[in-house]
Amino acid sequence: MVQVRVPTPLRKLTGGADSVEADGASVAAIVRHLDEHYPGMKDRICDESGAVRRFVNIFVNGEDIRFLQQLDTPVKTGDELSIVPAIAGGR
Amino acid sequence: MSYVKGLRCRECGSEQPVEPLHVCDVCFGPYEVVYDYEAMRGHVTRESIERHPRNLWRYRDLLPIEGEPKIGLHSGFTPLVRADRLAAALGVRELYVKDDSVNHPTFSYKDRVVSVAISKAMEFGFTTVSCASTGNLANSVSAHAARAGLGCYIFIPHDLEQGKVIGSTVYGPRAVAVRGNYDDVNRLCSEVADKYGWAFVNINVRPYYTEGAKTYGFEVAEQLGWRLPQHIVVPTAGGTILPKVAKAFDELRHLGLVEGDCKIYTAQAAGSAPVVHALHRDTDLIVPVKPNTIAKSIAIGNPADGYYVLKAVRESGGWGEAATDEEIVAAIHLLARTEGIFTEPAGGTTVAVTKKLIEQGRIPSDESIVISVTGNGYKTLEAVTGTVTPPFEIPARLSDFDALYERLQASQQASTG
Repeated sequence: MVQVRVPTPLRKLTGGADSVEADGASVAAIVRHLDEHYPGMKDRICDESGAVRRFVNIFVNGEDIRFLQQLDTPVKTGDELSIVPAIAGGR
Repeated sequence: MSYVKGLRCRECGSEQPVEPLHVCDVCFGPYEVVYDYEAMRGHVTRESIERHPRNLWRYRDLLPIEGEPKIGLHSGFTPLVRADRLAAALGVRELYVKDDSVNHPTFSYKDRVVSVAISKAMEFGFTTVSCASTGNLANSVSAHAARAGLGCYIFIPHDLEQGKVIGSTVYGPRAVAVRGNYDDVNRLCSEVADKYGWAFVNINVRPYYTEGAKTYGFEVAEQLGWRLPQHIVVPTAGGTILPKVAKAFDELRHLGLVEGDCKIYTAQAAGSAPVVHALHRDTDLIVPVKPNTIAKSIAIGNPADGYYVLKAVRESGGWGEAATDEEIVAAIHLLARTEGIFTEPAGGTTVAVTKKLIEQGRIPSDESIVISVTGNGYKTLEAVTGTVTPPFEIPARLSDFDALYERLQASQQASTG
């Protein structure tokens, strides 16, 4: 089981929960699990082609999956997955 | 009263009323403030703008506040310097430097976006403001919060140099040093913003924050005598300022205050140039990078608004280039020696990229050019340490000075003769 941090815009789908558990061996599998238990999640995270939406960042244990294997990034029990809307920072 | 109609998602167009929201409910895209331009016609004119004080609130009709501005009353309206000596060095005819290195109160362009963000935060009733930043943004938020008497928390990476931290903590905010990199800090801030109900200037009040960047463009147009430069070079970090300069020019044109076109160019440091890479590869897909450059103030590897930078650059017929750290430092020296302006590496990047674009023939030598300087070199002395000519040491005797002077004159003649 993987811990998934849910950003505010998605909490209406998780009944207000800011953190949920999910099962799967990859980020893609986690997204599928989330969509099964909280319908509508996949559409918010991924576009029609199945890729992660431009303005969504997914981190596995703090590392952006765009630097790993995108949706194929493997996950294991105890990992933490964070879904974060893109932030533009100042410097 | 304002001309603001509401918020609209830049990606999917979904609309919202004016609220502290930054992320679209539907597609996670960024919200943008929308104005009623038709109502502005005939009311927002060159004359109406010129009647306002010489600060960024001069353009308040095109900014998202309802009442009187509460903060940033001396921010903006920085000098537009006619740079003839730099122009000669670069082989061009008409060159200007828009100099935000002297912006009030914290010497960077951030004072523009922070003034608007905090004014709006106060209108929303927030009593604590916050940001994640390594430098200019934290300085600005801390200073403005102090002046407005607001609570302030700044979040910084734990390994930030002491000198940089003092530039913010002197104003009295609570500083939280987070064990992680800049992107970790931003992610934490997103979560804190959600939970604590504070105004994070670049997160939950971001659509209002970014509007402040338009004032950079408005001022360039007004200071050129209500005309657009033919070319403007703008540094790109997270991607806020360039698209908003483009929007500012569009708005002025739309309202009939200026005519003509301006090609807009993006400048990045070679060690953090994801937008320039995408531009050169003729794609929309920006691949994040891990930044590695002395230009810390523009070292953002995953620019959230990068896509909009590409769009604005392409639509204007502009281009973009990246400058190496060596080129950046050389450019800081060039600007200082020709125009007496000491900028930090982001400004050096813009000067260096302008030089490249001129050498490439992308920017013609006989058209008007504006270089965007966004920060002050006094905050980043380490960038030029080791490359500045050290002083010549002599005993306190006139004869020793005479000898030194002769030596220096002789070597100058040798190098110019």
